[in-house]
Amino acid sequence: MKPVLVIGGGIAGIQASLDLADRGTKVHLVERTPSIGGVMAQLDKTFPTMDCSICILAPKMIECYRHPNITIHTESEVVGLEGSVGDFDVKVLEHPRSVDPSKCTGCGLCSEKCPVKRPSVFQAGLGQRKAIYLAFPQAVPLIATIDRDACLWFTKGICRTCEKVCPAGAVDYEQKENTVELNVSSVIAATGFEQYNPKDIGEYGYGRYKNVLTALEFERLICASGPTGGVLNRPSDGKVSHNVAFIQCVGSRTQTTGYPYCSASCCIYATKEAVLIKEHEPSSHVTIFYMDLKTFGKGFQGFVDRAQSHWGVRYIRGRPGEIREDPVTKNLTILYENTEVGKVEREEVDLVVLCTAAVPHRENRKLAPVLGIALDEYGFFEVGDPVSAPVETGKPGVYVCGSCHGPRDIPESVAEASATAAKASEDAARAEAKQ
Amino acid sequence: MAPRIGVFVCRCGINIAAYVDVPAVVEYAKTLPGVEYAEENMYTCSSDGLNKIKEAIKKHSLERVVVASCTPRTHEPLFQVTCEEAGVNKYLFEMANIRDQCSWVHMREPEKATEKAKDLIRMAVAKAALLEPGDEPEIDVNPSALVIGGGVSGMRAALSIADQGFDVTIVEKEHNLGGKLLGFDSLFPHKQKASEVLEPLIKRVTTHPRIRVLTESVVKSVYGFIGNFDIGIDAGGKAENFNVGTIIVAVGAEVLKPRGLYLYGEDPRVVTQSELEQLIHAGRVDAGRIVMIQCAGSRSVERPYCSRICCNEAVKNAINVAEKGREVYVLYRDLQTYGIHYSRLEQEAKRKGVKFLKYQAEKPPLVTASPDGLKVSLYSPTVNEAVELGADMLVLSTPLIPVADAKELSQMLKVPLDSNGFFMEAHVKLRPIDFATDGIFVCGTAHSPKGIGESVAQALGVASRASIPMAKKRVRTAAIMSQVDQTRCSGCGTCIDVCPYNAIRKNEKGLAETIAAVCKGCGVCGATCPEKAITMHHFTDEQIQAQGLAALKEG
Repeated sequence: MKPVLVIGGGIAGIQASLDLADRGTKVHLVERTPSIGGVMAQLDKTFPTMDCSICILAPKMIECYRHPNITIHTESEVVGLEGSVGDFDVKVLEHPRSVDPSKCTGCGLCSEKCPVKRPSVFQAGLGQRKAIYLAFPQAVPLIATIDRDACLWFTKGICRTCEKVCPAGAVDYEQKENTVELNVSSVIAATGFEQYNPKDIGEYGYGRYKNVLTALEFERLICASGPTGGVLNRPSDGKVSHNVAFIQCVGSRTQTTGYPYCSASCCIYATKEAVLIKEHEPSSHVTIFYMDLKTFGKGFQGFVDRAQSHWGVRYIRGRPGEIREDPVTKNLTILYENTEVGKVEREEVDLVVLCTAAVPHRENRKLAPVLGIALDEYGFFEVGDPVSAPVETGKPGVYVCGSCHGPRDIPESVAEASATAAKASEDAARAEAKQ
Repeated sequence: MAPRIGVFVCRCGINIAAYVDVPAVVEYAKTLPGVEYAEENMYTCSSDGLNKIKEAIKKHSLERVVVASCTPRTHEPLFQVTCEEAGVNKYLFEMANIRDQCSWVHMREPEKATEKAKDLIRMAVAKAALLEPGDEPEIDVNPSALVIGGGVSGMRAALSIADQGFDVTIVEKEHNLGGKLLGFDSLFPHKQKASEVLEPLIKRVTTHPRIRVLTESVVKSVYGFIGNFDIGIDAGGKAENFNVGTIIVAVGAEVLKPRGLYLYGEDPRVVTQSELEQLIHAGRVDAGRIVMIQCAGSRSVERPYCSRICCNEAVKNAINVAEKGREVYVLYRDLQTYGIHYSRLEQEAKRKGVKFLKYQAEKPPLVTASPDGLKVSLYSPTVNEAVELGADMLVLSTPLIPVADAKELSQMLKVPLDSNGFFMEAHVKLRPIDFATDGIFVCGTAHSPKGIGESVAQALGVASRASIPMAKKRVRTAAIMSQVDQTRCSGCGTCIDVCPYNAIRKNEKGLAETIAAVCKGCGVCGATCPEKAITMHHFTDEQIQAQGLAALKEG
């Protein structure tokens, strides 16, 4: 039986890989970044069980890593696909890590000594990492990588400190990029989504006002393994925030940004984040500004009801028109029309969290022509028949799951991932029957 | 000689280390009886931490391993596999939960948290010293599946399993395959005709050489365990028995008939969305103005859930009748047009003149009837005033509710229902279509209300999940199980009565006997047996006593 190619190592790609590998199919899992895990690895807790996100994800990540049927290609991208279902020739470009994976033990000594700091992608820019770094403590594989655009050796020809301190002799500045050629029977794209950057929505002041954060930044801020150890120290002055507002539909459900759709998970993750604030400090004031409260998922309504009745989270229907910053206190005043009473009102808070649109990953535009599949008008992978063939693209043997074909939550992504594994297994069974 | 024990104390970044003095706990662990080696790790669960465990097992010839960290619920399997890789049987591993049950709940009293962490580790070490290796029985898997329910979910699951090379039996209680889709005219979001989806599907299912369809049939009994379920069917009055390896629950859901609500059942001009669907199908919608009310019977005290599909069903039907020149108002609380496809549908409806008016849950619309027409009064928060609408037809968007026999089936399969009566998955996030019971899976609206495409995705998903053990042909079961000491058993049968898994039977001597593959290790039999004849492996009386006595010891 031929292997299957899975593109993207977030929760959807992980689940698809594990389903296939567990039944005995070889899998090549290609991940663009230094570690698998995706966005779920960055979340603090997951609703409704309030399980720590990385705690339930890490065992699956490690299962992928140890699985004899799964080969993980990190810092890699798919650059070529020829052939048809049952017989795809794939080219995978592996970018150099500048660290020998067979030697690195992930001890972290190199990062400790490295003199160059850069914003940490994992901490959503709120914390820093070094030029040589481990993506995050539970990264899989736990191997350091050098950011060549930041490293002093690659940019200025000096330093080489990491090479000197590495006890394993794993640093390898000469490492070259490498093209791997594979023959696979099916392809599963699970490349995920990005969050809309709200800097263009000037009236909310993101980027200008330090205490206006995106939801992903907030997840890191409230996470015990985040830059503040889970204390809600707001960025402007480190003051612990007890009065927080969430604004829904930022960049979504509006024609002006080009993302007129509902992002499906923001109402419920904002509710979860609001409850987390209350769990940390029950006397906090938390307000969620929403347009329509989306409670369509299993258990959503019950969770929202509890957020209101038990935790005292306040929901106000209305899209705020503007946020103003007090130049001295750096507190934020939200101006909004309360549509329940039809009046313009204002609310002063310590911190504002923008729940922004889930938008297509920018890499989709590069990957779609390589895979020979279509994008919709927003840039999500297009599924031709969302009713009868919800994970199939226009190209036989190429499947999609998770939020790469439209925003969806974790359970839907996981179920769909298994669905793509089923389709790939059907392909394999058909190929075998032919032989 | 006492076994050599290794203790690994996890800092969990700062989750544990910020409140528990981890180095002090490690030093303390080294003083405990039997402990040969102890160390701390930044994250014991990282690849680095796991390698440290393996290295220490080899270097210090460890025979038992204790990890003091988070919860066995998520991490025990990982550490067990690590032990096995270093040659230590997985049942010689023990965990102390010093995070969820210690550092997280005692953040404000770090000194006491440190003392408690020591207590928990002392208890784990005491138990570890008495652990015994376990063997996991391997069982054969019958590579065939039973799909309960012949709606679109059940048929798609069956087709995929069959296309993957396994035999499937579909059991459908009605005369025809098709389920709820039979009553539909068109499907959102693309308004395809339901028959265009259903007819080819039924044809493929009924002609597939690997699929057997039993209509007018009901599952009467289920015994056994993954790989080996004995199924009893009432097939149109005839009893039939067969064996399968896996079971898929795809029994769907019912549409609520909201008797007494908004004059439904009292005035013929008040119908449900599914009734409107049939009127549209028959071309018999002649009302000039149609008013739809969302959340009719859902998001309420009685049914505190959102039924997910009603808004999109309403918007689709609204477009259909608006296209025929009818005036349509949709009265809603929160419009659930989530994701790209339904957002498009909402925009299309607005373009086609469908009017949306919000109402508040605490001020639901009031419906009155007169011979000239229906009158709907509501308070609209959007315009902040009372609105009155005359209507020729009122359409209620009612929720999906669990099928009538869901409870009976759940008891037969020994799988749980959630508080709303739908089937409950093993884990909301990461095991959305598995049951906690191995070999049984759930898809479609039996799990919760969802659209056709979403049901198909889950159906294909269970086709993968169920095919894993069938493709492997054998599965291993846990060694944590009960064992009956035949010399002490009096044959009273109490354990058989209390076992929630049907895992104990009487042997030819009339004495109790555990069926290893079925036993889930819950321990109820062991606790109940009046003769103390039952030993729970991995949780023996000796082990638990040692743990308890260690708890009472002064640190």
